[in-house]
Amino acid sequence: MKEDIKKIVLDTLSQISDPEIPVVNIIEMGMIRDIKIEEGEIKVLLTPTYSGCPAMRQIEDDILFSLGKKGFSDVTIETVLSPAWTTDWLSEGTKEKLKKYGIAPPVKNSSDNIFNIISTTQTVNCPFCDSSNTDLKSFFGSTACKSLYYCNNCQQPFEHFKCH
Amino acid sequence: MSNNISNGKDDLFELCLRLGDDCLILGQRLSEWCGHAPILEEDIAMTNIALDLLGQAISLYKYACELEGKGRTEDDLAYFRSSLEFRNSKLVEQPNGDFAVTILRQFIFDSYSYFLYDELKNSADSTIAAIAAKSHKEIKYHLRHSSEWIIRLGDGTEESHNRMNKAVNELWRFSGELFEMDDLSKRLFENGYFPNLSVIYDKWKIYIKDIFEKATLELPSNEIFMQTGGRSGNHTEHLDYILAVMQILPRSFPQAKW
Repeated sequence: MKEDIKKIVLDTLSQISDPEIPVVNIIEMGMIRDIKIEEGEIKVLLTPTYSGCPAMRQIEDDILFSLGKKGFSDVTIETVLSPAWTTDWLSEGTKEKLKKYGIAPPVKNSSDNIFNIISTTQTVNCPFCDSSNTDLKSFFGSTACKSLYYCNNCQQPFEHFKCH
Repeated sequence: MSNNISNGKDDLFELCLRLGDDCLILGQRLSEWCGHAPILEEDIAMTNIALDLLGQAISLYKYACELEGKGRTEDDLAYFRSSLEFRNSKLVEQPNGDFAVTILRQFIFDSYSYFLYDELKNSADSTIAAIAAKSHKEIKYHLRHSSEWIIRLGDGTEESHNRMNKAVNELWRFSGELFEMDDLSKRLFENGYFPNLSVIYDKWKIYIKDIFEKATLELPSNEIFMQTGGRSGNHTEHLDYILAVMQILPRSFPQAKW
């Protein structure tokens, strides 16, 4: 019974996309940490990607609204900060989706990015033409989770989903 | 016994304000660049960093309110306190000045918080540790950004080099306050909640020395007079102006929702 409810909840949540990257849903993004079901009450454990991500409130509204439509009225959302969200939770399939959408997926594991603060460089391939002849333009892009690159081969600007 | 526990909570509440107020005020300062930065990429970078800092402030304020248990919210802490109740360092409230001043202020703060939060990850308080672990990932990107600019401007043109030097002369006196171990920090340290800031200072010093060398800038002597007082609510005149801008809407329309 509990498992059945959990499955419906997860199915419902998998229909909610990240407002800033509509091709991936919030489960693929690794933001749903757990679902707890107790005596009819559903608790969704949610973790933010970045501390200040402005999409979080929208996502919380979307969760309550979608579950409400399925008849779940007793839903609470609990924000969990630990363990901190990491791009290591993105599956290969999710990375492929990002790439098809025109966002270069994270190229490394977050743990590779530890100390050498200013001397680490990474090659990010262009999501459009796969060329490695690309330049980092800025660590900060249109959303907190992306940096800005330029492809010298196909002369397209593109975004890279930062390793985090 | 219960007295001890409540004291510990008060101390942690104060710690959240110190950390959170630094984030909020610096975030507010950075957001002043929105639409005004020298180049578009920097406009986006500074507002992104402001957003991260605001998010970190929200996490810290939420926890502060939980510790306090009086039903206040993070918005109450941001909008309905006066400058005397703010616990941020004087550094973060200093005006943006030119781009050199903004970048140096950011660099001093980023490098301090990089080493501080790295240690706070091991805090005996699990919520502080969780917030620190999350924030530290963001701070890494901030520090990389400000460090690269210090090098580029310091080792750039004569004009940019001179402006960096001017910024160093202006801001250095605000760096000491970040590492002060007052009674509160000592108690927090003894209880395992907070690191020894003199250890953070040593790591910080090695790092900034390296970046300053790469930037062909000279590190000021240790002996200069250091400003203090922000942590106990004695701020420079600038904070009241920041709060006036930041707080006017919710104070004028306390029930406003949007």
